[in-house]
Amino acid sequence: MTDAHSIRITVNGTEHELAVEPRRTLADVLRHDLAYTGTHVGCEHGICGACTVLVDGLPARSCLMFGVQADGRSVETVEALGTPEELGPLQQAFTDHHGLQCGFCTPGFLMLVTAFLRETPSPTDEEIREVVASNLCRCTGYQGILRAVRAAADDGAGS
Amino acid sequence: MSYVGSRVGRLEDPRLLTGAGRFADDEDRPGQLWMRVVRSQVAHAMLGAVDTSGALALDGIRAVLTAADVSLPPIPVRVSPDPSDLLAYLQPVLAQGRVRYVGEPVAVVVADDPYQAEDGADLVAIDYAELAPVRDARAACGAGAPQLFHRLPNEVAVVTASFGDVAAAFRDAAHVVELDVVIGRQTAVPIEPRSLLAEWDEAGQSLDVWGATKVPHFNRRVIAEVLGIPPAQVRMHWCDAGGGFGVRGELYPEDILVAYLARLLGRPVKWTEDRAEHLVAVNHSRDQAHRIAGAFDSGGRLLAIRDEIWHDNGAYIRTHGLTVPELTVSMLPGPYRMASFEATAHVAVTNKTPCGTYRAPGRYEGTFARERMLDTAASVLGIDPVELRRRNLLGPGELPCDRSMRALGTDVVLDEGDYPGLLERAMTESGYLSWVQEARERRCASRLVGTGMAVFLEKSGLGPYEVAEVQVDHAGRVQVTVGGTSLGQGIETVLAQIAADVLGVCLDNVRVIAGDTEMLGDGVGSWASRSTVVGGSAVLRAAEATGALARQAAAVLLGAGDAELRLAGGRVNLASAAQAGSQGQPGERGGPAAVSVTLGEIAAALADRPAGTDLPPGPLGARREFSVDHMTYPYGVHLAQVEIDPGTGAIRVLRYFVAYEVGHAINPATVEGQLVGGALQGIGGALFEEVAYSPEGQPLTASLIDYLLPSAHEAPDVGTLVTEDYPSRSNPLGAKGAGEGGITAVGAAIASAVGDALGTPSVPTRLPITPERVCQLIDDAQRRICSLFEVADSSEDVLLGNGLGADSITVPERLDKLSVLGDGFVTGSCHLRSLRERLPEQAHESQQQG
Repeated sequence: MTDAHSIRITVNGTEHELAVEPRRTLADVLRHDLAYTGTHVGCEHGICGACTVLVDGLPARSCLMFGVQADGRSVETVEALGTPEELGPLQQAFTDHHGLQCGFCTPGFLMLVTAFLRETPSPTDEEIREVVASNLCRCTGYQGILRAVRAAADDGAGS
Repeated sequence: MSYVGSRVGRLEDPRLLTGAGRFADDEDRPGQLWMRVVRSQVAHAMLGAVDTSGALALDGIRAVLTAADVSLPPIPVRVSPDPSDLLAYLQPVLAQGRVRYVGEPVAVVVADDPYQAEDGADLVAIDYAELAPVRDARAACGAGAPQLFHRLPNEVAVVTASFGDVAAAFRDAAHVVELDVVIGRQTAVPIEPRSLLAEWDEAGQSLDVWGATKVPHFNRRVIAEVLGIPPAQVRMHWCDAGGGFGVRGELYPEDILVAYLARLLGRPVKWTEDRAEHLVAVNHSRDQAHRIAGAFDSGGRLLAIRDEIWHDNGAYIRTHGLTVPELTVSMLPGPYRMASFEATAHVAVTNKTPCGTYRAPGRYEGTFARERMLDTAASVLGIDPVELRRRNLLGPGELPCDRSMRALGTDVVLDEGDYPGLLERAMTESGYLSWVQEARERRCASRLVGTGMAVFLEKSGLGPYEVAEVQVDHAGRVQVTVGGTSLGQGIETVLAQIAADVLGVCLDNVRVIAGDTEMLGDGVGSWASRSTVVGGSAVLRAAEATGALARQAAAVLLGAGDAELRLAGGRVNLASAAQAGSQGQPGERGGPAAVSVTLGEIAAALADRPAGTDLPPGPLGARREFSVDHMTYPYGVHLAQVEIDPGTGAIRVLRYFVAYEVGHAINPATVEGQLVGGALQGIGGALFEEVAYSPEGQPLTASLIDYLLPSAHEAPDVGTLVTEDYPSRSNPLGAKGAGEGGITAVGAAIASAVGDALGTPSVPTRLPITPERVCQLIDDAQRRICSLFEVADSSEDVLLGNGLGADSITVPERLDKLSVLGDGFVTGSCHLRSLRERLPEQAHESQQQG
């Protein structure tokens, strides 16, 4: 590795210290250095949103951020939202409303909407569609995703 | 309560929702190296020197190879009746002597990490002696076109399908309608890029592969052949896959390179493509030009269809052989009655990425051509487009219908159904007539709103067979392994529903593993909407055999002789005892004779069977193969309402409805999910998506900024009607595949609605219907109107503003002829109404019915 920088990143509450090249994306750091493989990479140019994670509470395309830019920051990924045995409220809404099929884009939507509902606990349908339109899904036609977010918001998933 | 037929939650969801899915790129192996492919930057050139010295000198580079360093067979054909005359057009794993499309693999670099591999790839210098590129199929077939292959024609094959006497039909026809349509080049774009990882075990002389899907057993056979080892020595591991849609899982050059390099270097080799690479490397599809004609009698009855197709197959023939052109010609008649039919597809190679199947291959294209021809005929004949379809759809009494044609090596025999009946139900359920009325009112308020529809036929449940195995462990848990693969369509849930019902166990007790070649040595795969129909039937048979074995064993364990035994609650129960309601425990404390035994206990009993017992041989399970020689034919209707912004030409889909007959919906929720997802993909293909090339053959859409996928903004609420009126006789489930009907007719229905909005029923004739093309249509229509009025009646003031005009095949001389062309005029002034009054009664009345 050429000139590695040592960085400290807190991911889902756990602090990690590691050395990374400056050009290594945050997505690669999370997926291949820290084994948080729930974050997915779909395009590497910031369009599909599958790589969305929260950095200090705000949604970010981790394929467009370098790992060194996350030094000293707190990152939240899909692994923090629940477990297969006990899904979080938003995750439960996604399965109840068939809001996923292949599941590759799903972590990106979950993190995007998690931040959105925290900020806007009772959004209008138009606001939900506006946010969901930030990411791409190729399987569901978005109908199940929109219904899931509506149901999660109505059940107070944001508070 | 039976699981089959109910909307159970998906078993796949918990892992996919919590980041616990296992996608190929999630897998990393110790000592792993990374592969990067060096791709041609030029569309057509003789290949000169390839200088790899710069790359080899870079830190971390383990190998740089070109075609000169390896001797690998070309990519074989997987699906095509007779590939023998295609062999010369097959794609080499690495380019040899000539490059034929931008993106073609020329060299491969292996390094310690993916960043270094990419650095190395950038240092490989390739000399090109550029040649003129061939830009499309028609040009490729033309005289004097540059030849892609030495002493071989660019026209690889001519694929035909026909019945009856087409020449006579057109000679005697009262009306002939002919038009040219074009379906742009498109590709599936699953959100997960491809990823492959291979690991060689020298001691075991075996290879493990992660990332295979769709047809793992076929790919395994080819890779084993390349490595010269038996297929059983290659294990294709089960993986989650981020969408398939036809393009993911076929064998590509990278599949062979990863396996070859893993053995050559003795270390695991991983390759994950980026999106720009995916858009030039993975199969493209569609890209057809049709000259289609319909012959009609005076009563608007369809006598014959004739279609000549130029199919742009890209630079090489890949695993699909001639599948797409063959499906195009054999499925073109769709659900309609006609005495004669002839379709001829010229399959040509061009200097673009090679093509394969993409959801509803051949049918998306053929439905667009056919339904555009019918809309045009309706306008020319002065018959309402719905009425024209009613007159020409095969009725229930005419099914099954042997088309005396073949598709994918099977006879095309359309099974029972009620095409006109579904059309009526779709229009009623959706409220289509109110859509039409609303659109007409808005047009009178100068808004470009229109409605359209298309009726189509699909095909599914392709054989030859699928294999499934059911096993019950000592805890009573059921494991199902099947040859298909999980691509997001939910087969783990659907197949578990089938097994759980047969064995009387609860759904959470069933685990389905799809596409792992170690756990199931043989299988065919998941494509062409066959997983539920063929795979599901294999699971049904295997579960039935397991249930029978369990009952046979229970009879011995319970000493029940031949008393009736029932499977329920994870147990085998004496039917009589179950009625009496007693629930004794087997063989404890001398209580009443045992009346039931759990499947787990039976599995244990069969596992350590004492000598001389009457118990049947274990283990508790069975493996079955289900084969089928006929496809089964789902059919459907798509209805659309759109609005066009006259200023920008942008189209918004206001309403969309899909009705589809699937014989038996194992899980209605996942079927509806397929229809809605397919519809959105179809809207992308109808309005936004096109792989464009420059005149020099450079791809102009190598990112998602240029190849536009629809987002939630562009997604209408898609209504669905799933009917189960005609269960298929080709399989015991009665099921027809539901994976493709959501996309098949979207191009046709939306084009029909756009034509209605513009008052030009016979256009648009080209997909995608981009804003630029809509603006062009508006300008054309206005110019025609202006010329029309000057010809017909100079006293009329010319339509102004965003007025749109008549559509015409031939410019009518007199004003009253204008009325035949439909009522879709929009004008800024009250002119519209004055035109309306002139409509002769007949055309006016038929419009009301519409």
